Amino acid sequence: MDIKVLGPGCPKCKEAEKVVREAVAAAGVEASVEKITDFQQMMQYGVMSTPAVVLDGVVKVVGRVPSKAEVLAWITR
Amino acid sequence: MKSQCCARPRIASPARGLSLVEWGIGFLALLVWGLVYFRLQGFAAWLTVSVFGLDPASRLGSAVEFFLYDTPKVLLLLALVVFGVGVVRSFFTPERTRRLLAGRREAVGNVLAAGLGTVTPFCSCSAVPLFLGFVTAGVPLGVTFSFLISAPMVNEIAVVLLYGLLGWKVAALYVGTGLTVAIAAGWVIGRLRLESHVEDWVRAIRTGEGPAEEERTFRQRVFYGLDAVRDILGKVWIYVVAGIAVGAGIHGYVPEGVLAGIMGKGAWWSVPAAVAIGIPMYSNAAGIVPVVQALLEKGAALGTVLAFMMSVIALSLPEVVILRKVLKPRLIAVFVAVVGLGILLVGYLFNALL
Repeated sequence: MDIKVLGPGCPKCKEAEKVVREAVAAAGVEASVEKITDFQQMMQYGVMSTPAVVLDGVVKVVGRVPSKAEVLAWITR
Repeated sequence: MKSQCCARPRIASPARGLSLVEWGIGFLALLVWGLVYFRLQGFAAWLTVSVFGLDPASRLGSAVEFFLYDTPKVLLLLALVVFGVGVVRSFFTPERTRRLLAGRREAVGNVLAAGLGTVTPFCSCSAVPLFLGFVTAGVPLGVTFSFLISAPMVNEIAVVLLYGLLGWKVAALYVGTGLTVAIAAGWVIGRLRLESHVEDWVRAIRTGEGPAEEERTFRQRVFYGLDAVRDILGKVWIYVVAGIAVGAGIHGYVPEGVLAGIMGKGAWWSVPAAVAIGIPMYSNAAGIVPVVQALLEKGAALGTVLAFMMSVIALSLPEVVILRKVLKPRLIAVFVAVVGLGILLVGYLFNALL
């Protein structure tokens, strides 16, 4: 599984990355978590409001920090 | 947009509306809010006189009473309005705003963009992705600027503070002139044909399709509003307290009329000076309005302080640094100059009219 957290580095983006990492650790799944701060890459996903989370190329959430339960639901199915 | 999946049944479909208990809690919260809000003045006076033993006519006493009354009042107003605006905002995602603006002509586009700027969720850290998303989707440059100018300047925090501390007339004046500056400045920037002064890599960008929109339920919107309250009050309360503390100090200790000479109507140079000082400074509305109120009280002219407030909120050094990533220096200079000039005119206009 390939998870990308998109955000230039505002506090909420860091929070989103933390939530995702915690969820991955809790679920015990094999996943790479990467923080993307490059605007060009963000645009390729069509993301305009940050933070955003992309799972295997699919944008799951934009403009808000997902809850840990949400992330768990995406990765444990 | 509907969600694309259907094969998989939804896991534990969440409630769409609010339960009776939740409605009850909401109603009760509103009742408590009202009871507290309308008794604040008496409570602040009682605290100052009976608990702290201060004379409300003394300098320290009047500063303390001012602080004790204004701080909770502004925070309470903010909580209520931020919640309401939060619910409204859940209807205006940046994606939807972009769709509304894409391919719009100038003029109509500028007006629409300035209006949408006030309700679309915006934080300075997403200014760049928003700019990219707008421009690459075919929103004209000038229209994009109208949005970028109005979004930080005309927002609920500024309106609540102005209303709470200076009354609805000043709040309405600020909103009206703020929108006008955003519309006019964006239009002028559009007319100047500066598209080539956007960084080259921006124009080479290919945007992805963008995420499928989440359909929100009423319940989610209410919780979105509550989140906004927690989020914004958590960020802003320190500015409110600091701003009101400075304002209270001025209120209690600076003699009446002392500012009339330097910030009054008679001093023609005070408006450009206020704008020049305000542009590099950054504070959000919460920190600046209490200071503005105190300055007014001591004889500063309304146009001068409004111009100061607008330039502090609308333009700042950090914002320029962020925008430099996507704009060439010339376009940034034009942006700052056009907006600064607009604010200057607002300042003079009010000093002349009122």
